[in-house]
Amino acid sequence: MPLWLDLLIRVVAVMAAFLVLPLVVGQAEHKVMAHMQGRLGPMYAGAFHGWAQLVADGVKFVQKEDVTPREADRAVFRLAPIVALFPYLVIFLTIPLGPGGLVAQRLDIGLFLVLAVMGIGVVAVLMSAWSSANKYSLLGGVRGAAQLLGYELPLVLSAASVAMAAGTLSLPGIVEAWQPWWLIWQAPAALVFFIAGLAEIRRPPFDMPIADSELVFGYMTEYTGLRFAFFLLAEYVGIVVIAALTTVLFLGGWHGPNPDQLGWLWTLLKIFALSFVIIWLRVSYPRLREDQLQRLCWLVLVPTALAQLVLTAAVKALT
Amino acid sequence: MTVADVLLLALGALAVGSGALVVTSSHLVRAGLYLVVSLGAIAGLYLVLGAELVAWVQILVYVGAVVVLLLFAVMLTRAPIGPSAGLDRPAFPAVLIGGGAGLGLAVLFADAFRWVRYPEPEPGTAERVGEQIFGAWVLPFEVLSILLLSALVGAIVLSRPDIGARRSTPEQPDPDQANPDPATAGGEVKA
Repeated sequence: MPLWLDLLIRVVAVMAAFLVLPLVVGQAEHKVMAHMQGRLGPMYAGAFHGWAQLVADGVKFVQKEDVTPREADRAVFRLAPIVALFPYLVIFLTIPLGPGGLVAQRLDIGLFLVLAVMGIGVVAVLMSAWSSANKYSLLGGVRGAAQLLGYELPLVLSAASVAMAAGTLSLPGIVEAWQPWWLIWQAPAALVFFIAGLAEIRRPPFDMPIADSELVFGYMTEYTGLRFAFFLLAEYVGIVVIAALTTVLFLGGWHGPNPDQLGWLWTLLKIFALSFVIIWLRVSYPRLREDQLQRLCWLVLVPTALAQLVLTAAVKALT
Repeated sequence: MTVADVLLLALGALAVGSGALVVTSSHLVRAGLYLVVSLGAIAGLYLVLGAELVAWVQILVYVGAVVVLLLFAVMLTRAPIGPSAGLDRPAFPAVLIGGGAGLGLAVLFADAFRWVRYPEPEPGTAERVGEQIFGAWVLPFEVLSILLLSALVGAIVLSRPDIGARRSTPEQPDPDQANPDPATAGGEVKA
């Protein structure tokens, strides 16, 4: 296969995954939430159980007027949704789906790239918050920045633990080195990573920055139409990315029966199962208050991640 | 010119241009955002030069944390949208010092390395950087980590009046601690 064709296929595949997976998760969220609350959820769009609801939503967003507040910093305001979405697109490139190079871009230090790029999301939050010229937006953005900066620490520490265990920073390399007993050995790190990841994508119960009962909609308050849709898309892509990273780092990615042929299926199944858990948490837990949120991060997650690092190093040194 | 040369020049121009905007822009927050662009372009330079790990560390530390803290601090104090009039920034000495240092260094480096050809080093992968840091450079690395640790401890001591930074005369409260919250105030009286 010539190089350009290979490249083209990979890029098209990543774009397709980038556009389809979040929609599937979004639709699942509509239906799962509805059924957990004793409702039916969308039933009409597309005739069969409302499967086309998000397509209809997308069409609606495109039709809406694109409003920029008069006092806003227009350039920054318009750039922010793209900055919010872009890091996740880059992360999608690095997630291995199956064995034998079934990954868009095999990188020597994929894990490091993922963690570094995820940090850019904070800039998008601050940009949208400040440029909206709205006090609710600014408050939401400052909360968001404090939350993202704080939770990046346990995220990186717990990822470092599994990288130490595997002895590599490459995401496919970590999956190759993974063994079932790591489920117990790395369990605290997995929990910390998943919780910190939830906070990184600002999903309930960590949605203090967009707390709708006090801040209207946080840093997204002033956004309408397509730009708002970009933020929503970023949120659902974020769910997929966090689920995928947890799968790859802690749940063994493509490991399962017959991994050479069905590896991609196991990865996808694990991703969807974790996405379901993320939706489930949204329905089950009330929003954490700002002080509880910081307390959880600094007094529970960071010490746990540090203890896990010590444990990993000890087991690694003994075996 | 190879592709790498073109990329180096483009990224360098981007870094210098946005760097100049950081110090000339009268929009406070935008100056911080230009700093993001500038530091990102420097990360791109590292990537082109083959130092992958350093490039991502640059993104993780500078773009993801340092600039964000800076923006955060600016937004907590005063961050007007639009140009700020009363910025105290004398242009002439800045041009003199910045331009002088930049041009002088450029001339010096161009002159020093013009006739020397270096073999291209191996890419700076995580494995190679790790071997170097924990092999040849382990002592400076450990000394640096002790320095950072003591800075951390110092920051904690300074920010917590109940364990450090005791006042010599209780009658004259520090302006910083004019309003200590009740929890720490109790500890202070005992101390």
